[in-house]
Amino acid sequence: MSAKTDGLHVRGLCATFETPRGPARAVDGVDLDIAPGEVFGLVGESGSGKSVTLRALMRLVHPPGRVEGNVAWQGRDLMAMKPEELRRMRGGEIAMIFQEPMTALNPVLPVRVQIEENLRAHTDMNRRERRARALELLDIVGIPAAARRLDEYPHQFSGGMRQRVMIAIALASSPKLLLADEPTTALDVTIQDQILKLLLDLRDEFSMSVVFVTHDLGVVASLCDRMAVMYAGRIVETGTVSEVFATPHHPYTRGLLGSVPHGGAERTMLASIEGTPPGLASLPAGCAFHPRCEFATDECRRERPALEPFAPGRSVACFHHERVARAEELA
Amino acid sequence: MSFASFIFRRVLQMIPTIVFILVVTFVLVRLLPGDPASAILGDRARDADVARINARLGLDQPIFVQFLYFVRNVFTGDLGNSISLKVPVARLIAERLPVTLLLTAMAAVIALVMAVPLAFVSALRRGRASDVVVRGAFQVGLSMPVFYVGLVLLIVFSANLHWFPVGGYGDGFFAHLYHLFLPALTLALSLSAILMRNLRAAVIGVVGAEYVDFARAKGLRSRLVLTRHVLRNALISTVALFGLQIGVLLSGAVVTETVFAIPGAGRLMIDSIYGRDYPVIQGLTIALAVVVSLIFLATDIVQAWLDPRVAR
Ligand SMILES: Nc1ncnc2c1ncn2[C@@H]1O[C@H](COP(=O)(O)OP(=O)(O)O)[C@@H](O)[C@H]1O
Ligand SMILES: [Mg+2]
Repeated sequence: MSAKTDGLHVRGLCATFETPRGPARAVDGVDLDIAPGEVFGLVGESGSGKSVTLRALMRLVHPPGRVEGNVAWQGRDLMAMKPEELRRMRGGEIAMIFQEPMTALNPVLPVRVQIEENLRAHTDMNRRERRARALELLDIVGIPAAARRLDEYPHQFSGGMRQRVMIAIALASSPKLLLADEPTTALDVTIQDQILKLLLDLRDEFSMSVVFVTHDLGVVASLCDRMAVMYAGRIVETGTVSEVFATPHHPYTRGLLGSVPHGGAERTMLASIEGTPPGLASLPAGCAFHPRCEFATDECRRERPALEPFAPGRSVACFHHERVARAEELA
Repeated sequence: MSFASFIFRRVLQMIPTIVFILVVTFVLVRLLPGDPASAILGDRARDADVARINARLGLDQPIFVQFLYFVRNVFTGDLGNSISLKVPVARLIAERLPVTLLLTAMAAVIALVMAVPLAFVSALRRGRASDVVVRGAFQVGLSMPVFYVGLVLLIVFSANLHWFPVGGYGDGFFAHLYHLFLPALTLALSLSAILMRNLRAAVIGVVGAEYVDFARAKGLRSRLVLTRHVLRNALISTVALFGLQIGVLLSGAVVTETVFAIPGAGRLMIDSIYGRDYPVIQGLTIALAVVVSLIFLATDIVQAWLDPRVAR
């Protein structure tokens, strides 16, 4: 475990759920290092374990689900935090934007209450200050007629507006780390750009770090410093965004990037890769990706490749990563 | 639509309900065996006397006219006279109904006080010892007949321990509360078992909701998460059930009032049915139906207040 006292350092994070067909590892040995002010992109197909990873970092995986591993946040052991310390960390230091804006807001409370309760939990603002701040937050995330909308209920907001309310709630107490689970999926491009710009401003202003989960490689290219690619609960490749985009070393990354124009920051979704991701209960032996991989050999079917550094700041979990990189250069 | 206009519209909906209640009670009494004249005069009355009585009661008029008289009388508080007790039905109801309402209200409060905290404990410690014990105890409460529970409570707490009176109603409000405690507890046992089961299931559902996790992710204290986010959402379905069950409770009062010798509307109803005292039966039926529809009105308003999606 590193002795760094800044940022977030995750080692060997695992999350296991009990299913009728035996235990399923949704997250399997994830390592992450997020520096202050860094924007980190986490990509992968649906079901690869991105959301569960974020939940595990917030200690929001419910029993009988289990989480193991080491998580150090600002030099403190997050997994061993006592309830009160954990409570202050949640929302105050690390905030999370949930993936589903339709279900993450309480249907029976006006949005004002849902914003202000965050301020109440982490600041000593009085009523009037909380009111003003709630209004300001709705303005910041671009909700028109904010003063009137504060007293409305979630069902009175459209999907995109709810997403913004959720972002406003997450940002309310100026967290140091934002875990953003596909925060702009429900938004149109203009609003998405506003929100992304807002996140970058906050990063600059408060040196807030962001873990940004997305399907949108264009967003990763324009927003993130470093990135990790997840497949079946494991990180298969990490590095700076420019290097990974330039020469992907994992066949899965290569597949995802397939359709992204080089250097382009256009709005581009993950390329679809032949085949479907494996179910957690029936992971293939060896490398989980081998049934869909054009580079696979007997070794891949037998043994699981570990995530290993191959250049400064870059790691990959593939026996044939050099072949993959060369194929990319030829293409 | 605002909350206020929801309430207004909901109150307007009471009008057809009340018309329906009046029609049904009016028709029911005319379907019952025996006629009022012979009930008043006895079986061996002369035809001339029967005709005279019928004319006085307006029973010789066309049925529709009779109904209009009936409606006018009900709205002026004239529900006729009791045949056996020879006093106005309205006065009888004014004496007896409050007893039943107080009994029901006490039972409702006791049931809530037992069910809400235990439903929470049971739901949040699902599958553990406390959950098993709580659910087992309520299951027993639910499966025993009201009169049996009442008798057991009477024997233990009144006859043996002398903590509570064996029956009656007492004088003064606090004496009423004291006298009604055991009967109310009797009624509350099965109600609280029903509420407990429903609320426990609702809490289990809500605790797993994303918005509860989001509330936790904001760093709220767990007590606030439970009261503001879990309880309120869980209560929405339980409130509807609660309203329905209060209606059931009112009919349950008939048995309880008999077991505990309480001079309430339930006892009055039983006595009137035995005595074929039609005006009393009719008046009581109307009064109870109105009470029940007021309870449903209150239920809907509380539900709309808890859940903005209902009204707004
Ligand atoms: N509470 C849970 N119980 C069982 N399985 C779960 C649970 N939450 C998530 N999973 C499984 O974990 C895997 C990863 O899910 P998730 O992290 O949501 O993927 P994504 O990368 O799309 O965010 C999925 O296969 C999902 O079915
Ligand atoms: Mg997800």
